[in-house]
Amino acid sequence: MDTNLLFLIFVGALVGASSGYLGSFMVLKRMSLVGDALSHVALPGMAIAITLAINPMLGALIALTLAVIGIWYLGEKSEIYPEALVGVFFTASLAIGILVTPEPELLEALFGNLESIGTMDGLITIAGAIVIFWATRLISKKLLLGVISEDLATSTGVNMPQVNLIYLLLVGLAVALGVKFVGTLLMGALVIVPAVSAKNLAKSISNFQFLASILGVLSIFFGILIAKWLGISSGPPVVLVSIAFFGLSYLLKK
Amino acid sequence: MNESILLSVSGLKVKFNSHLILDDLSFDVKRDSTLAILGPNGAGKTVLFRAMLGLIPFEGKIAWAPDVKVGYVPQKLFVGKDIPLTVSEFLEIKEKDRSKVLGVLKEVGLGDSSLQEIHRGARLLKTKLGVLSGGELQRVLIAFALLGGPNVLLFDEPTSGVDISAEETVYALISKLKKEKDLTIIFISHELEVVYRFADSVLCLNKQKVCFGPPREAIDKKSLEALYGEEVHFYKHHNHEHYHENGH
Repeated sequence: MDTNLLFLIFVGALVGASSGYLGSFMVLKRMSLVGDALSHVALPGMAIAITLAINPMLGALIALTLAVIGIWYLGEKSEIYPEALVGVFFTASLAIGILVTPEPELLEALFGNLESIGTMDGLITIAGAIVIFWATRLISKKLLLGVISEDLATSTGVNMPQVNLIYLLLVGLAVALGVKFVGTLLMGALVIVPAVSAKNLAKSISNFQFLASILGVLSIFFGILIAKWLGISSGPPVVLVSIAFFGLSYLLKK
Repeated sequence: MNESILLSVSGLKVKFNSHLILDDLSFDVKRDSTLAILGPNGAGKTVLFRAMLGLIPFEGKIAWAPDVKVGYVPQKLFVGKDIPLTVSEFLEIKEKDRSKVLGVLKEVGLGDSSLQEIHRGARLLKTKLGVLSGGELQRVLIAFALLGGPNVLLFDEPTSGVDISAEETVYALISKLKKEKDLTIIFISHELEVVYRFADSVLCLNKQKVCFGPPREAIDKKSLEALYGEEVHFYKHHNHEHYHENGH
């Protein structure tokens, strides 16, 4: 194994672990589709970053942060049911993203490209993963209580809107870290599928979070190997590996 | 505020959209008392609790004594069977110290000191919240409320999912806790029987205050009619008072 591949696997493992970990809460909060649709928002951000010749990951992060604040605001402050708006808003951003992304970069932005991942991306990912694990641990109990009962959480002094915003911003960060590996079209799957599989097997919450992270790591690991071996975009094999784990977890559950 | 008054509610109004749920409600709760809130479905009992906890916007005034620490036992939780949250993980959200968690479980009657009960308690800790029976879940919720070391317990009675005998023991548990700890208890009930047995004062509620005071004085034919409608038959015999609703 060459050092480049080892580097990709290491960075990819961090992406898989942080998405799986955050995804476990996404599944509990029954926001799976939000997680999926959210990843599409990264595309116009990447496109603008490419046009301005800055790191596409950074563009994705800015676009995602804005989108997250938008969803959060609608969820907390308005009477409108967010799910429908999320569907409209995110597919719109996907359509715009496809129009504005320069043709040569479009395929890799949509489905991921291992060749495009450089040292800088690796460093950003390491820093991002540290932030995700540290911050999520800090808010995890409050988040959990909020999932069970917002009333109970609020009555024990938890500021739920604040906790929800921090959580969604972390999801945005995780998606931004993963777009180069999996692509904007499929990145949502890396947040959701490992967590759903882990839920089939988990006996407790800590067990659930651990399994979701591990399955995220394994999906990326095998996905990268397959992509390298076949010389294809990395997104589809990563997602298909995670789906295979889902099938396995479903059988084991029975 | 008077030292002996723990909670003072005055001119409370709650509206959802243009719908008036609670109208001009005023009452005081004394320290160390047990207040029952009695009323039919849709009378605004849970809404009153939510206003008291500051969970929803309201007009008027809700003033708690400054030293108040509230423990809240909600009516139910929406925890699916598929959610892998165990009882111990749930309680550890509030308290890291395992011995305190076990102590509280013992207090609510889940995990006695007998060997058999210790095993039961240990097994219960690993059980998922979603698969507990109604009575067990309620005890776990009471344990959760007690972990903060509250001096007021707000207890919202479940309307379903707990059988009569479990409900009975839950109230016995609450009155036991009240004796052991320095607790003021405010509970929601729709059972007149429970109100007579466990409360020293009652607030009859049907969007507005229908009656207030010691149960045997405050609850009469007129207030029951205002709560449950004309068809309610109210009669006394052998020192017990009963009521039933026709057609339900």
